Amino acid sequence: MEYYLQLIVNGLVVGGIYSLVALGFVVIYKATKVVNFAQGELVMAGAYVCFALTVQFNIPFLWAFLVTLAFSVLLGLGIERMVLRPLIGEEHISVIMVTVGMSSVLKSLVQLFWGTQIKVYPQVLPTEPVVVAGLPVAPVYIAAFVLSAALFAIFSLFFKYSRTGVAMRATAFDQQAAQSMGIGIKNIFAMSWCIACVVSAVGGVILGNINGINAHLGHLGLKVFPAVILGGLDSLLGAALGGLIIGVLENVCDGAARQLLGLGGVREVAAFIILVVILMIKPYGLFGTREIERV
Amino acid sequence: MAYLDICDVTLTFKGIAALMGVSFTVEQGTIASLIGPNGAGKTSMLNCISGRYTPDGGASGPCRISLDGECLLSLPAHRRTGLGLSRTFQNIALFKGLSVLDNLMVGRHGKLEYGLLASILYRGKAVRQETLHRRRVEEVIDFLNLSPYRHQHAGRLPYGVRKRVELGRALAAEPKLILLDEPMAGMNLEETEDMARYILDIAEEWGVTVLLVEHDMGVVMDISDKVVVIDFGQKIAEGTPEEVQADAGVVAAYLGTENAAFTGR
Repeated sequence: MEYYLQLIVNGLVVGGIYSLVALGFVVIYKATKVVNFAQGELVMAGAYVCFALTVQFNIPFLWAFLVTLAFSVLLGLGIERMVLRPLIGEEHISVIMVTVGMSSVLKSLVQLFWGTQIKVYPQVLPTEPVVVAGLPVAPVYIAAFVLSAALFAIFSLFFKYSRTGVAMRATAFDQQAAQSMGIGIKNIFAMSWCIACVVSAVGGVILGNINGINAHLGHLGLKVFPAVILGGLDSLLGAALGGLIIGVLENVCDGAARQLLGLGGVREVAAFIILVVILMIKPYGLFGTREIERV
Repeated sequence: MAYLDICDVTLTFKGIAALMGVSFTVEQGTIASLIGPNGAGKTSMLNCISGRYTPDGGASGPCRISLDGECLLSLPAHRRTGLGLSRTFQNIALFKGLSVLDNLMVGRHGKLEYGLLASILYRGKAVRQETLHRRRVEEVIDFLNLSPYRHQHAGRLPYGVRKRVELGRALAAEPKLILLDEPMAGMNLEETEDMARYILDIAEEWGVTVLLVEHDMGVVMDISDKVVVIDFGQKIAEGTPEEVQADAGVVAAYLGTENAAFTGR
């Protein structure tokens, strides 16, 4: 029993990171209708920049983290301005292919600078486990979960109450109408990419603290698809829950397969099996908007 | 110079002319209607004014669209709101998942004077402005009798109410000129009369200049100070409702001429 509880706790932590990255994906999809295949590479970019600052430049972790956030904002602005903006009005498939290409470019850049070896973050938090509800949990796990939850809360409030957030939601519903209300939709697009880069970088830094980082970190981006398909492509709440559920399910499935069947590696495929099942029974996800054509 | 001055606007889509050298003017505080058969170029004209389309130029020299003496053509669409331009759409373009209140508040987006940081911290100037904006929005809600729907999602409202919310969103921007694209389309008689009353009040009480595109000729002839008729991208008549109704060219465009069946017109 404790074995499974431990699996669930680990799943929640990983799921929290999935949620964050899914949040970035959903923000971009909602505002710009771009399916971003480079989401995982944004995670990787953030993780490596923070790593470089702390280990190679010996900057204290907290400062390095803040600088990483600033870098992410610039990265988001740069990507939107140089890659996406010239494509406004082009075919959807072209834009999607550009994000696929961008993921390769980012991955190659990281390998160019830092190689393919696994890199380990310095220990920031104490390693002594804390006992939560009778289970020993590493402090870094708790910090990871709290940080994810806090970011989610902040962005939920931002989208619900701030005028800029409401303008972003309005743009998601109708770009033309938003424009005629005086909303500069290019700014909104840029803002979406900034938010996506920042939350991804935070996810990357958290992951780096837990597992260390390597050049395959970007594969995490693929796990975002089951999460957002489960939650609903255009729902923030869906991204949060979808990420957590996928995190827990893949961990529990993996653990169960290991214990009961003696099989390893189920973790890698569990999320995608779930993805196929969701698409069969609930294609719009838990909270997604159903497309209804009124004639 | 006239309040809204449209001079020699030509718009083509890959060689197909939607508008050919159309010129007309609208005086301040009046209601002008733009009519014409389907596909005549009415919505294209509104889109040129609001900035969705950029005219190619004029038939002779550059074209001009100016509002109250200020040139609109050099500004992108979202900056034209600041000059007092606001519009509604033919197919209702509300922000479906937002409440009626939020839809109207977005209408005031162009009037926001605090930045992103202030909107996150929500202190001082942001609070004062928010209160002011909320008050103006409430005035619009009262004027259009939208208070029962205030907190409902715009996408779930009945058709007639959504049309009204869209008008409210355009009004919330405190426009000087409002472009209405078929506000009565698909409405029953009672709703049409209500809408006509609102439009008259907008012009008379709020002092907003109205440019209306509408197919309901009864309403157009009743409430307009001026009617502009276009057909196949060209202006064929301009004048008071009486003058336009008597115009032989207009009658031909709408009803066809006797040998229309043979000439293809």
